[in-house]
Amino acid sequence: MFDDFFIRALVAGIGVAFVTGPLGCFVIWRRLSYFGDTLAHSALLGVTLAFTMEFNIAISVFVISSMIALILIQLQKKTNLPGDALLGLLAHSSLAVGLVVIGFLTFIRFDIMGLLFGDILAVSVDDLLIIWIGGALILLVLKLIWKPLFASTVNYELAEAEGLNPDRAKAIFTILMAAIIAISIKMVGLLLITGMLIIPAAMARNLSSSPQSMVIYSILGGLLSVIIGLFTSLEFNTSSGPSIITAALLLFILSLFKIKQSIKLKN
Amino acid sequence: MSTDQNILVKLNNAGLQLNNKWLVKGVSLQVEKGKIVTLIGPNGSGKSTTAKIALGIYKKIDGSVEKYTNKVGYVPQKISIDWTLPLRVNDFMILTESLNKETIDEALSLTGVIHLKDKNLGDLSGGEFQRVLLARAISKKPDLLVLDEPVQGVDFTGEIALYELIKKISDELSCGILLISHDLHTVMSATDFVVCLNGHVCCSGSPMDVVKNNEYKALFGEQASQILARYEHKHDHIHTNEGEIKKN
Repeated sequence: MFDDFFIRALVAGIGVAFVTGPLGCFVIWRRLSYFGDTLAHSALLGVTLAFTMEFNIAISVFVISSMIALILIQLQKKTNLPGDALLGLLAHSSLAVGLVVIGFLTFIRFDIMGLLFGDILAVSVDDLLIIWIGGALILLVLKLIWKPLFASTVNYELAEAEGLNPDRAKAIFTILMAAIIAISIKMVGLLLITGMLIIPAAMARNLSSSPQSMVIYSILGGLLSVIIGLFTSLEFNTSSGPSIITAALLLFILSLFKIKQSIKLKN
Repeated sequence: MSTDQNILVKLNNAGLQLNNKWLVKGVSLQVEKGKIVTLIGPNGSGKSTTAKIALGIYKKIDGSVEKYTNKVGYVPQKISIDWTLPLRVNDFMILTESLNKETIDEALSLTGVIHLKDKNLGDLSGGEFQRVLLARAISKKPDLLVLDEPVQGVDFTGEIALYELIKKISDELSCGILLISHDLHTVMSATDFVVCLNGHVCCSGSPMDVVKNNEYKALFGEQASQILARYEHKHDHIHTNEGEIKKN
């Protein structure tokens, strides 16, 4: 059944959507969209490294993204630069270094478009295993740290005062972010991963009144975007990443009508 | 064990320095089971900072803090909830501990906001939100309650009822309470121990002792020291016929 590339892509995309749904909610709640972008940009370096050393792409991206996250935390402590400047610095310099390294790798044929925007033809059975096993692990860890992470998202001092150890939860969440980028890079492409995280979650925000319902709508939105996007990609021969994100955008626009209604009801 | 078993939290000469400026310095106090300790002092005297030191929120402090319980309920002085979070009162109640429906309903009823249970947190008024904060803190039946101006923005009758509730909770749960309050009447009538702060501990002791203290008089004025002695209602300003406020 996994012989067909389209079935593989669909199964991979569904796996990714289950994980980006809940993580995306936290990205919105904690205002981390630029952080996600930075990790995603640094993924290019991870990919080039994987090619040079003939190593697994997902693992190599995970390692590099985690390292960039650690460097960011160190820079935040050591410098007086604002957070967004540091994020921009890391995002663009790691992207640039990645591209320079690609320039040196003349002996490898590189599908750079596929890397930046996702390529459904590239999803192998191994990738499926990585997405589903990795994804299950991410969700399991997220469930374990949910309470301290969510409580500190609402109010850090409350969580700290009542003994929940929010700093540890934050550190673990950072690693989960690096992991989701690593497993979804082939599907969505590194320039659009943050879109996959935040657009379905943003749509979900328009429809929900509790954190749980937002997570569920976010997952549903992601699943629909993947399915619609991949069929479009197959039909019109467009890149998978942009097709999925465009589908997500359409769902977001539809969700705006729901808010208008509820605002009308209030008045 | 050299420590008293009833001690919940103990500050030993604790202080906090931020950007080379002391926010508060040399505070020693302890909160015991069933006792209410109140911090008083002018704005910026380090009351909230002292409470946060006791809670262990600050990592790099001067001196030391010994905390003997992890069952803590905290009502911060100010808290801003982001509108990006869809959060109902019910979700907020189970923020740091999972509670069953009965416990949640009981706490919300005690503070008089059970009817707001399914409302969005962002839609509450200041006073309503304050009642929800207090309900959340008491619902987990903590050993130690830290209440930083818990009745701010609550209407007058509600204020008295909530202070009575706090007193009742301290008796019933025999939990220790660290209270920050501006209402000297309440402080002096319901407190076991008062710590008067002004960047440092300027005096401390039972309410009776504190009102007699000269530094307290200097800080709050002669009138405040008469609260217990005569216990009569007095304001520090009068309203003229033109609607202006005039200091006494």
